[in-house]
Amino acid sequence: MKILLSGNEAIALGAYHAGVKVATAYPGTPSTEILEAVARFPDVYAEWSTNEKVAMEVAMGAAYAGARALCSMKQVGLNVASDPFMAASVTGIQAGLVVANADDPGIHSSQCEQDNRFYAPFAKVPMLEPSDSQEAYDLMAYAFDISEKFDTPVLVRTTTRIAHAKSAVNVSGKRPSPGQASFQHDMGKYVMLPTNARVRCRVVEERSRRLAEYVESFPLNEVVWGKHRLGIVTSGVAYQYAREVFPGASFLKLCMTWPLPANLIQKFADKVAKLIVIEELSPYLEGRIREMGIEVSGKDFIPALGELNPAIIEQAAHKAGLLPKSFPVTPVRLPTDLPKRPPVLCPGCPHSGVFFVLSMLGQRTKGKNPKITVTGDIGCYTLGAYPPLNALDTTACMGASIGQAIGMAKAGVGEKVVAVIGDSTFMHSGITGLVNAVYDKANIALLILDNGTTAMTGHQEHPGTGVTVRGEKTQPVELEKLVRGIGVKDVRVVDAFDLKALRTNLRESLQSPELSVLIVRGPCAVQAERQTPEAVDAALCNDCDTCLLVGCPAILGGDGQVKIDETLCIGCTVCQQLCPRRAIAPESRKAA
Amino acid sequence: MEKLDILLTGVGGQGIILASDIICQAALGAGYDTKKTDALGMAQRGGAVVSHVRLGEKVWSPLIKESAADILIAFEKLEGGRWCGYLRPEGTAIINNQAIPPLSVNTGTEKYPADKDIRSIFRQRTKHIYFVEGTQTAKQLGDARALNAYLLGCLSALSPAIKVRDWKARLGERVPKKALEINLAAFDRGRKDIKNA
Repeated sequence: MKILLSGNEAIALGAYHAGVKVATAYPGTPSTEILEAVARFPDVYAEWSTNEKVAMEVAMGAAYAGARALCSMKQVGLNVASDPFMAASVTGIQAGLVVANADDPGIHSSQCEQDNRFYAPFAKVPMLEPSDSQEAYDLMAYAFDISEKFDTPVLVRTTTRIAHAKSAVNVSGKRPSPGQASFQHDMGKYVMLPTNARVRCRVVEERSRRLAEYVESFPLNEVVWGKHRLGIVTSGVAYQYAREVFPGASFLKLCMTWPLPANLIQKFADKVAKLIVIEELSPYLEGRIREMGIEVSGKDFIPALGELNPAIIEQAAHKAGLLPKSFPVTPVRLPTDLPKRPPVLCPGCPHSGVFFVLSMLGQRTKGKNPKITVTGDIGCYTLGAYPPLNALDTTACMGASIGQAIGMAKAGVGEKVVAVIGDSTFMHSGITGLVNAVYDKANIALLILDNGTTAMTGHQEHPGTGVTVRGEKTQPVELEKLVRGIGVKDVRVVDAFDLKALRTNLRESLQSPELSVLIVRGPCAVQAERQTPEAVDAALCNDCDTCLLVGCPAILGGDGQVKIDETLCIGCTVCQQLCPRRAIAPESRKAA
Repeated sequence: MEKLDILLTGVGGQGIILASDIICQAALGAGYDTKKTDALGMAQRGGAVVSHVRLGEKVWSPLIKESAADILIAFEKLEGGRWCGYLRPEGTAIINNQAIPPLSVNTGTEKYPADKDIRSIFRQRTKHIYFVEGTQTAKQLGDARALNAYLLGCLSALSPAIKVRDWKARLGERVPKKALEINLAAFDRGRKDIKNA
């Protein structure tokens, strides 16, 4: 039976049919749907973990105890999880441990474009890469088998166009009946004291040697013979692009990309006149193949930045003389003033009001010489950096806002530095930063924007929500208690839609001589209950355009008088509160 | 077996992803190989959305090449114009006559293009341009969210390889029961509007 699955769904189903018992993750684009799909199977334990490091450790523990485990994350998530990941490589496991990692070439929703394939040789862990959903499904059985046969975690690496693309999958597997978990005590294998670690590292070297033999006959590595003039080594979605652009060439498609099959590559290279590598991002395959002493090219004409697509490869191949000159279609000339559509905070977003107040207090609306410095973090609220709010000065990685604010304060930035972080990101990696601020007496103001969900990745639960990935109730970790428990004395909770309270409390926080935490609470607009939409009373409005400074997509300015789109407005009342002439009210709509 | 590359563009919340899912399901049911991929960006609402859908005897890349889409379905006019370069020469453009102004237009820093400007973008590529009143029709039928069913109806009139009853069956699988009647009516209207155009 053929069904349509995304790469993420195929990984989940493949893992299920491979007998996975424990699955963990922290949400992150483009990997989020793996755990969401696994969580639909009632006979798998699935959890949103607090962060990727914990997710990896939980999966490790399960695999130590003899249960097949899957841990999934986006590319930068593996940075967070790299500590236990490297350790798991050294200890090995008992039952299969598969790490499903999705890279984000083109940076659709990340802070960088790192190529995580390099983690495989770095951690000495075997790596598999599917080129479509069918392979994503099929590879999972291999991944768990390799993990157990070679006593190692296995990295399954995808990219956006595998993770989020849908294609037909022939589902052949069936879930085996699960065995009983039991941990077998083995101090030399699992307790990484230096004396044991030194021994294990030699085991890992021997493992790498055996894996290098195994990969030579890995069944999903495939040679497709065409003309022998051009041979293309490729993997992942780049294989699909290459097949389309070079219909006549010979291909070596690699599904196992660490270790690399040196003999297979050498034999393939020997039979073609010219060998090239087509791969997305860094010259990972190309570099390893060159190290084998094989003449190869690729990144001298194929971009190493951004997503590839067939057109980019085709143009590169024309320039490199690998394809005959084509006659390109005359490009469409777009008017230069076509308005762009950058991502925006939603109408009714609980972040808009606090950013508006912050921007006003800090004289940030013009974006020049602001009075207050604001360190930002990862989430929807990062969009507050755009005009007209201009509310943020930094964004680096999960949790960084707090440490950065401490650093700026300690460096001697005059005004009190403000750090802004979301509730899920605070749980993920803000807590340790706040402990640092308490311990090292940092006089900063921390705003925790608590919308009660992990919004940007699509509204996943987190420890503060009191609900699990399966929708079961659990003990919520309460932000106020947590923050007070750490030792913060000045803790305030403010309604995200009460501008006056926001202004008063923010001002007091900025003036207080000690560490201050402001929890700004209001539901995500996508999940909030709709209230009566606002309307502008034309008789009272004098076109001052103050309401436009909040950056709400429901407020329509432009030509003439401001209007409010009633289909978009959810009635959060922020614009109503900030209108100097009281020209905005839900009542205006009823009257009109 | 005909090959068909369809690009769907518009704004988050217009039902583009569901529409492209349904096209793929219908294509799979009709014996095609098929792939799709979406680009969403960071925004939960109001961001630009592009969905690539491909069907044929064998599909390799999930992404359509520039200047190669046989059909471009613009759920929103501006986003249609922006992606017009993906349409092949003399391909077919279905443009829903709905404007969703971006924030920069709302705040007055940029101007939304006039209909004639959008038409002139498309005329550089093709004379097969259908300006349709999808949003208006869906609203009249009782639910603006039936826009995607309307546009699928338009598409069905241009791709006879998939049978009407299969389109409707796929819609029935994905649309909530209580909204199905309106969606099926919207589908019929879209199909009729293209046939009568």
